[in-house]
Order: sequence, then C-alpha cells, then structure tokens
Amino acid sequence: MAVVQDVHGHVHGHPTGIMRWIGATNHKDIGTMYLCFSLTMLFIGGFLIMGVRAELFMPGMQIFEPEVFNSFTTLHGLIMVFGAIMPAFVGFANWQVPMMIGAPDMAFARMNNWSFWLLPVAASLLIGSFFVPGGAAAGGWTFYPPLSTQGGLGVDMMIFAIHILGASSIMGAINIITTILNMRAPGMTLMKMPMFVWTWLITAYLLVLVMPVLAGTVTMLLTDRHFGTSFFNAAGGGDPVLFQHVFWFFGHPEVYIMILPSFGIVSEVIPTFARKPLFGYSSMVYATASIAILSCIVWAHHMFSVGMPAAGQLFFMYATMLIAVPTGVKVFNWTATMWRGSMTFETPMLFAIGFILLFVIGGFSGVVCALVPVDIQVQDTYYVIAHFHYVLVSGSLFSLFAGAYYWLPKWSGRMYDETLGKWHFWLSMVFFNLTFFVQHFLGLAGMPRRIPDYALQFADFNMISSIGAFGFGLAQLLFVYIVIKCLRSGEKAPDMPWDGAKTLEWTHLPTPAPYHSFETPPVVKF
Amino acid sequence: MGSKLLSFWVGVMVLGFYSGSAVSSKYNLPEPQTIIAQQIYDQHIWALWICLVIFIAVFGVMGYSIVKHRKSAGYKAANFHHSTTVEIIWTAIPCIILIFMAWPATKTVIAMKDTTESDITVKVTGYQWMWGYDYLQGEGEGIKFYSQLATSQSEIHNETPKGENYLLEVNNRLVVPVGKKIRIILTANDVLHAWWVPALGVKQDAIPGFIRDTWFTADNVGVFRGQCAELCGKEHGFMPIVVEVVEEQQYAQWVADQLKTAATDANAAIINAAAK
Repeated sequence: MAVVQDVHGHVHGHPTGIMRWIGATNHKDIGTMYLCFSLTMLFIGGFLIMGVRAELFMPGMQIFEPEVFNSFTTLHGLIMVFGAIMPAFVGFANWQVPMMIGAPDMAFARMNNWSFWLLPVAASLLIGSFFVPGGAAAGGWTFYPPLSTQGGLGVDMMIFAIHILGASSIMGAINIITTILNMRAPGMTLMKMPMFVWTWLITAYLLVLVMPVLAGTVTMLLTDRHFGTSFFNAAGGGDPVLFQHVFWFFGHPEVYIMILPSFGIVSEVIPTFARKPLFGYSSMVYATASIAILSCIVWAHHMFSVGMPAAGQLFFMYATMLIAVPTGVKVFNWTATMWRGSMTFETPMLFAIGFILLFVIGGFSGVVCALVPVDIQVQDTYYVIAHFHYVLVSGSLFSLFAGAYYWLPKWSGRMYDETLGKWHFWLSMVFFNLTFFVQHFLGLAGMPRRIPDYALQFADFNMISSIGAFGFGLAQLLFVYIVIKCLRSGEKAPDMPWDGAKTLEWTHLPTPAPYHSFETPPVVKF
Repeated sequence: MGSKLLSFWVGVMVLGFYSGSAVSSKYNLPEPQTIIAQQIYDQHIWALWICLVIFIAVFGVMGYSIVKHRKSAGYKAANFHHSTTVEIIWTAIPCIILIFMAWPATKTVIAMKDTTESDITVKVTGYQWMWGYDYLQGEGEGIKFYSQLATSQSEIHNETPKGENYLLEVNNRLVVPVGKKIRIILTANDVLHAWWVPALGVKQDAIPGFIRDTWFTADNVGVFRGQCAELCGKEHGFMPIVVEVVEEQQYAQWVADQLKTAATDANAAIINAAAK
C-alpha cells in the first residue's frame, strides 16, 4: 500500500515543554493527555477498590470505619466511570477519528483543549473531597437521596465535579459529531466509515442527549441540599423515586456510552487479525443504532425493587430483553468475521477475543437481571456487581487494552514487547475471573452489595475474590511497564505492523503518524 | 478427537452446573419457601440453561474457528463479508428464545403484585439502622416492636469469636404463621432501605414519605434471614431481617404473650404517670 501523505520535514513552530500540553490544540497531543489522565485515574480508582477488597478479605471489621468504606466504594465507582473509562474512549476518539476519516484535526481544536483541561479540575475535586470535614461522598456512585442530602461538603464537591465532567463530555461529544459529519475525506460516505468512527458518532449523540439530564439531576440535588427546594423530599411534596428515574435516564445510556466505542475498537481489531473484512458491516451499524435507541427506554430496570406498577415493570423488562437481540447480532457478526479467516493471536487480538467471551457472560447475566422476578432476588447484590464488572472491566477495559496495543505502534512508532503483552492478557484474564466469577455465587446466596462486613457463609468466596482483585490490580502495573518500555526502547515499528489493517491511518500514513496528518485530504477509493 | 474433547467439556459443565444447583444456598438462590420464590428459582435455572446452550453453541463455533482457521496452521482467509439471510436468521432466533423466557416471568410479575385478600398485614418501617414492625390487621393486630442487630460489637471487631448467625441475628424477630398470606406494607423514616428475605422471594424498597406493598405466604415453618438491600448509611450492613415462621397455634400463643406484655407495659406506664 503506497503511502500517499508526505512526512513534513518542518513543524509549524508549536510550543515545546509544558506549554505544548497546556495550550495543546493538536488532536494527538490532546488524545495523549486524555489517555494518560485516564490511566492515572484507573490506578487511583483501583487503589480505592484494593482498600475495599482488603476490608472484605475476612469477616469482621479490620481496616475501615463503615463510613470510610462507603466513601471508598462511592469514589471507586465515580472515578472509574467518569475518570477512567469515559476519558479513555475520548482519548481514542481524539487520536483515531481524524486519522480514520482523513481529517487534519478535530473540528474545534481550542474547545478540545478546554474539554480536556476541565478533567484534572474535576478529578482534584473528587479526590480532594476525602480530605474535607465529613469526608468524601458515601452514598454510592448513584448518590440516591435522601441519603445524599445527608452528606457533608464532600457531596457538594462531588456535585460540582459531576457538573464539570458533564460540561467536558458534552463539548467532547459536540466536537466528535462535528468532526465526523463535516471533515470526512472525499469519497468516505457515512456507510463507508470505519466501525470505530460509527460507534463514536452514535455514542456522541447519546452523550449530548443524556449529560444535560445528569446535570439537571445533580442541580436539583444541590438546591435540595442548600436552597430549600424539595424535589426529592417527600416532606416538601417531592419524591425520592423521581431522582432514580432521572438519574437512570442518564445512567442507562451512560452504560452504552461506555460500551459502544468498545464495540468499535473490537470491530477494527478482529478483521485485522483475521485478515478478513468485518462480516455484516451495515447490520453492525444498525445494531449499534438500535442499542443506542433502546438504551433510552430501559432505565427503570435499575429500579425493579422500587415498586412500580406491573405494567411498568413488564414494559421495562421486555424493552431490556430486546437489547439482547442487536447485541447478539454483534457477537454473531464477530464470530462470522473470524470464521475462515487466517488468524494470528497478537495481544490486541487476545484482548478482543477475551472481550467477546467475557462480555457475552456479562450479557447473559444481564438477561437474567432483566427478568423482573429474578432481579427482585439479585438486585443490589454481588450478582449485579459481577454482572456490570463483566461488561465494564472485561468489556470496556479489555477493549481499551486491545485498542492500546493495536494502535501503540502507530502512535509511538515503536513496537511493544509481544511476550509481555501476552502475559498482561493472561494475567488479567485469570485474575479477572477469579475476582468476579465467584461474586455471582455470593449474590445468589444473598450477599448485598455495599456492605463492609458480611455473614460467615460468604467468607471463602470473598477471600477468593479479594485475592483475584489484588492480582488483577498488580497485573495492570505490567501494562504501564510495557507502555514505558515500548516508548523508550521498543523496536522500530514498520509502516504496516499488522497485515490485515485496512483503515486510513494504516494505509495512508507513515508510522509513527506525523504530528500533522492529512493537511490535504486523501482520496478514498473503496 | 475434537468431538471427544467437546463431549468431555460439556460433561464437566453439566456436572458443575448440576452440583451448583444441588448444593443450594452456597452457589445458588436459597431453598425457596414460598410459591413466588419457587417460581423465581425455577426461572433462574431455566434462564441459566438457555444461556449455557447459547454459550456452548457460539463459543463452540468460535473455538473451532480459533483452532482451525489460524495462519500458523496455513489457513488462507476467505473473503465473504455479508449475508442477509444469515442476519435475518440470527436476529429472529434470539427473539423467539426471549419470548420463552419472558412468558413465565410475566405471569410471576403479575402474581407478585397481587397483595389482595391477605390474612395479616404488617407495616415495616426502615430506620437508620433498624426495622420497625407494626401488626396492622389480622391476628396479632396492635403488636409493635423494633428489631435490631443482636450481634455484639466485640464479634464485629474481632475481639470474640463470631457466632453461627453472625450479623444475621436480631433481638426481636418478625413472627408469622405458616400458610397465611402476609401483606407487608413498607415505608421508611429517614432514607431509602430495602426489606429483603431471599428464601421468601421478597425484596421491596422502603421509601420515606411513600407506602409500597408486597406479600408472601410461607410454606414451611423455620427461621429465614435477610438483610437491608439499599445503601442507607454507615450501618447499612448491620440491619438484618429475621422472619420466624411458626405453626398457627404457636403463633396464637406468641400473639397472646405479646399483647399481655404490651398491656402490662401500658399499665405500668399509667401507674408511673399517676404516681408522679
């Protein structure tokens, strides 16, 4: 494949040192910052949960007071969702979307800078809340009132942090939509876009739709706390359940915000390493769109134990179960893509296959949870914890690793250590399942979530789960080592390190990708 | 070789699965004590079987492909990428499977909501951090008490050995007669709580300022334990629920005792007040 784009010998006098990052408008610089930020947050959120798992290692209270335990679980959730997973995908979008559609940069370069630099501010608020009187928010990452109206300054800092994160996400999403809709290279029609770009386009629309709802929710909570309103207070004519409806109207699409770009990454990785085009491209697009639309009408399946009328429960049960159909189509399409391919199993492919295997298990437990009667038993238990970690860790996080290993050579111009990468995969795979598979049993046997101490019959599975969690946490340090080793002393990557890659960043750009790419759009022929 | 391996793994899975469901309470839902709990148990097993079959089918195909269609085995890639027929088939089949899962669930949902014609109504109130029980209607009407964790702080802080029902014992149990329909109406005094007894198949949030209801009819006598299932602050893990299901005669005796104690207490209060 000929490299069309010339490498510019000159750089347009962009600032160096710290100012390069503070004033960054280059999509690659901003993407790098997003990815570094989210990796940092992954370790902070991970540190919190190591504390939680240490407390849960044995029955009895060992390390924490219950209130501190609650704030650790709460901040673990908030930091992982808003600090680790979401920014990581925006980082991938920043790096990849312009290169994959043949654009020179993101549409709004300065807004891009602003949407990144809001993140450290919000993160400092969240982490700083541990050190204020009353401690960090301890009402769970879903911060249901009236409990969250009881909290101290930490809750206000969390609310403010969520406002800032929401603003950042909305700007990021608008930027991505505008870039994709306006800046595609000539010849790249919508139905010829790479799947990663498609999934991000749909994700960005979801973000624009639901982040304002979250902002409204936390604002109502703020005014309930400080300005005498009673949106969620029955004594003043409000309703605590209203909060749950509005929160989950944001919260459920949020789940898909964190998984749709994963589908995109996996849909790039699998065809590359199977050396065969993605099976059922258009059905993949339609499935993604269907999932996004359905995700907006299933929110109350998080609330089956609230006590809705039977008609309401049935509606949300049926709608939720329907999501299994487009999700199944995706899994079948990936399998058909692998079928009669010529597969090799480098680290990105291993993580992608691991993703499919474990995500499907998470999908199955999702269908089980969708059945209202069964959900009555498992809701707010460890079963649900296991379910959403199967879709968020072995789903979103594994796909992020797949993407990172896949594109690292393109970004850095160097190859990572394949042997260590495989170690990273296998250690993650083993320890992940050790941690979370047994939690299905804990939940079924009756262990509620968010408790710092538990009855004796739950002791052995909790110990297994804690050992798994420590192993999983340590295994992620290996990832940092692999990335640093790659950047410092990795072998030089060839222009086309993967035989089967077909997207523009591989076929039309040298490796590493130049600082400014596609200053003139490439001609796309399919 | 391939089919032998496959049948071996299927065998292992079925065995594991069977033992999983046989050794109840540790790997599975507790032994059901009500008709609703039984339906939930059965639907869960039914859903698991369906999932297992799909899992084996999908990953059987993928596993075969991973073993056979690899570059290192010299396999050359095909180039197909589309088939509308196949897409329609694998969209339709999951829809049909889902109907078979949703049908029994729908019937159970409707049954769960039917709180009419109850024999006894108990109001349950969630407090930070204990439960309050008021017998509102039926045999035992007028009885009211609080139910708090009975596990000692020294057990929780690892100073003395933990007892058998560590964290799952209360000072006053909710006592109900066997075979009677008990309607539970729930509210909370401060924040959200959830009243959950797995063996009875009951979980319902308690919402301050609002009333929700649910029901159960216990088939057997026994002691059934549960916990608060909605985060309610620092002692959330320390407000268990214990339901004691007794024979009808024993229940009548319990009611008589409770009412007598209550009357004595009330008399004592009046005498005390008069003395002042």
